[in-house]
Amino acid sequence: MLKVLACIIRRDILLAFRRRSDVLTILFFFIIATTLFPLGIGPDKAQLRAIAPGILWVAALLASMLSLGRLFALDFADGTLEQMVLSAEPLTVIVIGKVFAHWLVSGLPLVLVAPLLAVQFDLPTASIKALLLSLLIGTPILSLFGAIGAALTLGVRGGGVLVSLLILPLYIPVLIFGAGAVNEEANGLGSNAHFFLLSGLLAGVSALAPWATSAALRISIE
Amino acid sequence: MSASDTSSIIAQPRLFTTVNWLKYASPQNFYPIAGKVIPLFLATAFILSAIGLYIGFFIAPTDHQQGDAYRIIFVHVPAAWLSMFIYLVMAFWAGLGLILNTRLSSMMARALAPTGAIFTFLALWTGALWGRPTWGTWWVWDARLTSELILLFLYIGFMSLQAAIDDTRRADKAGAVLALVGVINVPVIYFSVQWWNTLHQGASISIRSAPTMATTMLLAMLITALGLWAYAIAASLLRLRCIILERERHTEWVASLRELKS
Repeated sequence: MLKVLACIIRRDILLAFRRRSDVLTILFFFIIATTLFPLGIGPDKAQLRAIAPGILWVAALLASMLSLGRLFALDFADGTLEQMVLSAEPLTVIVIGKVFAHWLVSGLPLVLVAPLLAVQFDLPTASIKALLLSLLIGTPILSLFGAIGAALTLGVRGGGVLVSLLILPLYIPVLIFGAGAVNEEANGLGSNAHFFLLSGLLAGVSALAPWATSAALRISIE
Repeated sequence: MSASDTSSIIAQPRLFTTVNWLKYASPQNFYPIAGKVIPLFLATAFILSAIGLYIGFFIAPTDHQQGDAYRIIFVHVPAAWLSMFIYLVMAFWAGLGLILNTRLSSMMARALAPTGAIFTFLALWTGALWGRPTWGTWWVWDARLTSELILLFLYIGFMSLQAAIDDTRRADKAGAVLALVGVINVPVIYFSVQWWNTLHQGASISIRSAPTMATTMLLAMLITALGLWAYAIAASLLRLRCIILERERHTEWVASLRELKS
């Protein structure tokens, strides 16, 4: 089972590296979208500092949503997904592998580049640390939730817009606790409570979302 | 098809001695029953809502803090209850349809969604109207309001997912998965006033303790809630009948329906 997991992760990362532009597009979307806000709002530092956590989180959320199309669509198009569903290995494990690889490729780069973007908004170091940690815990949740939506809308017309409609309501708690953690840190209230909630959410979602995703995949393939 | 037709005809006289409830899991058998109970529920809905609202607006005493503005709770609270309750019922039927592959359950889930969405919208709207005079604002981003808004988005997501998939079986199953995932939100809404320190007040009525409101107010609220409940049943059954006709239009029994022939 672990062999399957490792194999899937290696395969998906390899595929992503062969199509580097897909991954970079998402990263550049994140960078450009966050850069637009200081230009639109004006260079008032106090104001930028106040809105930074929300903007960075919303941009990360949208970027991770944009990348969802890549998760199953290519495998669905060339029939690989059908073979995966038919295989003797549990589909849940395959889904976990695919989601983890997807997060490594499209979530982790966002987390790593976020501190750099936070400097644009003049965030203090403590807040940047909180931002890094909250994104590190939060972006896997986004990928896990997103996988359910991506699986449900496979091969459906207008799937791209539809997936945002299905998934954004589920993303809201992650956004609230993630951006909340950074805000509380900035206000000097301590962000532990938000981190605990976020981690609890991650634990719950990583146990349940792969199930829902594989059920949705079976429905879409049938 | 013809074999099941004759068996249901033969079984009908025995209906009064032993009721075989599973019989009504078939759209063909449920369709006429639904048609018979809809007027009953509609009448109940109008009578109870009228009584409840009359007591609420004219008999119940004025609140000493909020004045007459509080009277919107006679619509707001029942609508909010129903918005959550209908979601649970919808998820239940959708889940049953997913597990047992029963056609009628999935149709029921689909029929309930618009009614649930309307009640969620009504709860948010009346809440805003109430919030303006009492809180001084139409909207605040507190936990209960936000989670109720998420509920509205979930209803909309459910409906648009089902609308986007042409194959009805796949649409039903995909919708069921989404509805079941969204169930997590309902306890969050319900307990949000206890878990977080919110502007929205805590529950005035609970099963375990005496209500913190006057008896006439409580009476009016419960009667209105029952009235709206009856309305929700009638509206979704009406929609269910349309869905049954639409999906079973190729079958013999639909073709031989008296109301469609005229």
